[in-house]
Amino acid sequence: MSAKKVKISVKVNGVQRTTEVEPRLLLVHYLRDVLDLTGTHVGCDTTQCGACTVMLNDEAVKSCTVLAVQADGGEVTTVEGLGSMEQLHPIQEGFWEKHGLQCGFCTPGVMMATMGLLQENPEPTEKEIREGLKGVICRCTGYQYIVSAIQDAAQRMAEAKREEKVGTLHTGGGK
Amino acid sequence: MASMIGTRIKRKEDPKLITGNGNFTDDIKLPGMLYAAFLRSTHAHARIKRIDVSQAVKHPGVVAIYTGGDLVGRMKSVPTSWYVPGCNLKAKDRSPLAVDKVLYVGEGVAMVVAEDRYAAYDALDAIEVEYEELKAVTGQEAALKDGAPLVHEDVENNLAFLWKAGEVPDEAFANAEVVVRERYYEQRVVPNPMETRAAVAQYNSGSGDMTMWCTSQNPHIHRMVYAEVLDIPESKLRIIAPDVGGGFGAKIGVYADEAVVAYAARHLKRPVKWMEDRKEHFMATNHARDEVIEVELAGKRDGTMTALRVRNIANMGAYLSTMGAGVPTICFGLMVTGAYAIPQAAVEVYGVYTNTTPTDAYRGAGKPESAYQIERAVDAFAREIGMDPVEIRRKNFIPKEKFPYDTAMAVTYDSGDYMLTLDKALEMANYEDLRREQEELRKQGRYLGIGLSTYVELCGLGPSKVAGAIGLQFGQWENATVRVHPSGKVIVLTGASPHGQGEDTTFAQVVADKLGVPLEDIEVLHGDTQMIPMGWGTYGSRTTPVGGAAVAIAAERVTEKAKKIAAHELEVSIEDLEFSDGVFQVKGVPGHQRTFQEIARSANMAWNLPEGMEPALEAQSFFDPSNFVYPFGAHICVVEVDSNTGQIELKRYIAVDDVGRVINPMIAEGQVHGGLAQGIGQALWEGAVYGENGQLVSGTFMDYTMPKADFFPVLETVFTETPSPVNPLGAKGVGETGTTASPPAVVNAVLDALRPFGITHLDMPLTPEKVWKAMQKGRKEA
Ligand code: FES
Ligand code: FES
Repeated sequence: MSAKKVKISVKVNGVQRTTEVEPRLLLVHYLRDVLDLTGTHVGCDTTQCGACTVMLNDEAVKSCTVLAVQADGGEVTTVEGLGSMEQLHPIQEGFWEKHGLQCGFCTPGVMMATMGLLQENPEPTEKEIREGLKGVICRCTGYQYIVSAIQDAAQRMAEAKREEKVGTLHTGGGK
Repeated sequence: MASMIGTRIKRKEDPKLITGNGNFTDDIKLPGMLYAAFLRSTHAHARIKRIDVSQAVKHPGVVAIYTGGDLVGRMKSVPTSWYVPGCNLKAKDRSPLAVDKVLYVGEGVAMVVAEDRYAAYDALDAIEVEYEELKAVTGQEAALKDGAPLVHEDVENNLAFLWKAGEVPDEAFANAEVVVRERYYEQRVVPNPMETRAAVAQYNSGSGDMTMWCTSQNPHIHRMVYAEVLDIPESKLRIIAPDVGGGFGAKIGVYADEAVVAYAARHLKRPVKWMEDRKEHFMATNHARDEVIEVELAGKRDGTMTALRVRNIANMGAYLSTMGAGVPTICFGLMVTGAYAIPQAAVEVYGVYTNTTPTDAYRGAGKPESAYQIERAVDAFAREIGMDPVEIRRKNFIPKEKFPYDTAMAVTYDSGDYMLTLDKALEMANYEDLRREQEELRKQGRYLGIGLSTYVELCGLGPSKVAGAIGLQFGQWENATVRVHPSGKVIVLTGASPHGQGEDTTFAQVVADKLGVPLEDIEVLHGDTQMIPMGWGTYGSRTTPVGGAAVAIAAERVTEKAKKIAAHELEVSIEDLEFSDGVFQVKGVPGHQRTFQEIARSANMAWNLPEGMEPALEAQSFFDPSNFVYPFGAHICVVEVDSNTGQIELKRYIAVDDVGRVINPMIAEGQVHGGLAQGIGQALWEGAVYGENGQLVSGTFMDYTMPKADFFPVLETVFTETPSPVNPLGAKGVGETGTTASPPAVVNAVLDALRPFGITHLDMPLTPEKVWKAMQKGRKEA
């Protein structure tokens, strides 16, 4: 039985969205069905696979286990907000470069999980990456090239950071 | 331009997938679209006494509810598609939704159609079904026994078929110096692509056109069968497989669910979508393996193997699914002798109905089971006569000079060099050192194990004539069109329908090589029966050796025509032209040339074509190979077993595969990695388990262990290249090598580690508990 709808306001990929939703609506369905952001996928019903991973308030979460109403007032980044063809995010570049995907179904979630992983540990070892991927299942790649992709992404992100710093010095101050 | 074949090139299909622009079936949204959900049987075997939907239909948002009875006479049943000959096969067509009886947990009983996903699920809970539970049987050996519950009342002893091939006289065993007898259980597994099944159907009641988007490995097969089930002319049914999130065999099958969704769309005149949830997938999508395999291997004390007899009791589930009967018979049975020159062999296969989810193809389909039994038996034989597992393989390999080789099972292996892959693997592993290390560690009470698997596979299905002869209801050629636009940009249309294998890139590489045009100028399209009228799809590692070969032939035809036009324009004979890097050059006359792009324009403008030539630059090929292809290789697995916990640590995994010519090594490696993860997954962790009364107790990712990243070491994968003579690319199949080779390599390794405990056999999956218990029982020599 559908309950009374509630109004929520969430900043998704930088855009403020205000919608009325059923209180039981899962964040993943809110993103996919209400906002038409279908990059985030559903692979299970039990919070095991990680296909639905997004960033919520700067933390990687499985959006199949979060209610849309819990995101009210918060900020969500999905794969669509990670980067674009014009400007791929280093994580996306890493996955492309190192063949970190095959069917690509798990990939958006795996990349968002990578985001969470690299935020916590910008220079993970191979072992740390594998452990960091505990919450995701990929049936295609055998993980090896996902690990390479994440190593590659970590390097790119570190470089980008260095360049940013250099830029800051040259212009004589940051924001 | 250097040859594109053999080059690591980043995938063309990736940009959309990494930016969230993929288009999977569940991403499709149509105006007025409804949402479907299935009510599935909670019993393994029961009579349906009453279904009451009266409360459910009152739920807000519910548009319609269909039960099995509602569909009788309106839809045809879903047939099996592999009528293996000579085995008195008793196929049972299944009705789209169960009518009087349910035969397994997860069988569809009713479908709700509602305005949205949540409303559909709400209504499911309100459907009342009264069942009269019947005795169920889930194990194939139990099902064969007299007095076992009958899954189909008129199928005696639940025997769906009995298939026999090959012959070995009893003397071959009676007089043999050595005979080993082994019994293996190849456990039931669930393919589990990350995208579950899904369908969206749209019907135009004006034109009668039905469009179905669905998760398919072979849209043309789905079109052929659904046209019949729905009674729609094939010409009015369009199947689109958009991006597909993995298949592994599970999306070959023609299931009833998608057809019921289409039926509802036609009936309600509104688009309908259904996406299977994971729990549902575990119950309702085909399972695989589940075979009890008995092997008898005879030979001499010197290690020569002389005869092989194999019996397979295969659990087919409650129905023979699409490819079901072919898997344990043709796919398994013809490959039982593996890489060895065993002169005599015989196989018998019992296909048994049980109250379980039907089984069908899963990555490797039959070949992993076959490789498992022979590779385990060869190790058992070596152990029996005290020979090293490497030596016994060397002694019995089919020698390189003997190819093409006719095996005792009457198939002809196309090409091979088995010693090459084995030597390479041993070298990579430092085999001798490993054996020494094993000795050393044993003295310290540590248990290292080294396992070998040297396999041959049958793939690249395959000659259509053979397909017909073995009862498969499909052709096995592949279709490709290469179309050149006036600008010189190229479209490749392929009937192969990939779902992660990277064909957009490998096929483009093949075409770039032939036409000398840049990769960016080539688009590979697939997965739409309207755009590509004919084809058979992607399964059984047939895409490159059959589909890719068709692409190469079509591209070659385009080149030939372009050359004729260039010769005409340059007023020279064809022999005076050479074509390289996309330029037709008059030999010895610099500057006298035409680029491929110029010819593309000429061909399409048609202002000045040779007399009698038709305009445009396009060619098609329907390639039907002369034989299957037989990839092979040698894998070595190194494990350490913790004697306190039974925990198995994978220390190294070395795979040397020969898949003929490799088009894109990066993509091929990815295929090997993925296959290994699934094969190793089966060896160590995966297993579908039925409990009492036929309940599926491993029905979610919480109780079915899927391999994760931290389960694996770095996989060491290498290719050797022995081209196949049966297709112009020289390619064999790569997708299934890892799944086929790894289970025996891993199990042989673990058993090698457990030798001091006197353990010679354990069934997969080798869970720590199972290993620990065996060690407790076993004696320790050390
Ligand atoms: S869909 Fe969220 S974890 Fe699987
Ligand atoms: S790429 Fe297919 S599931 Fe990960």
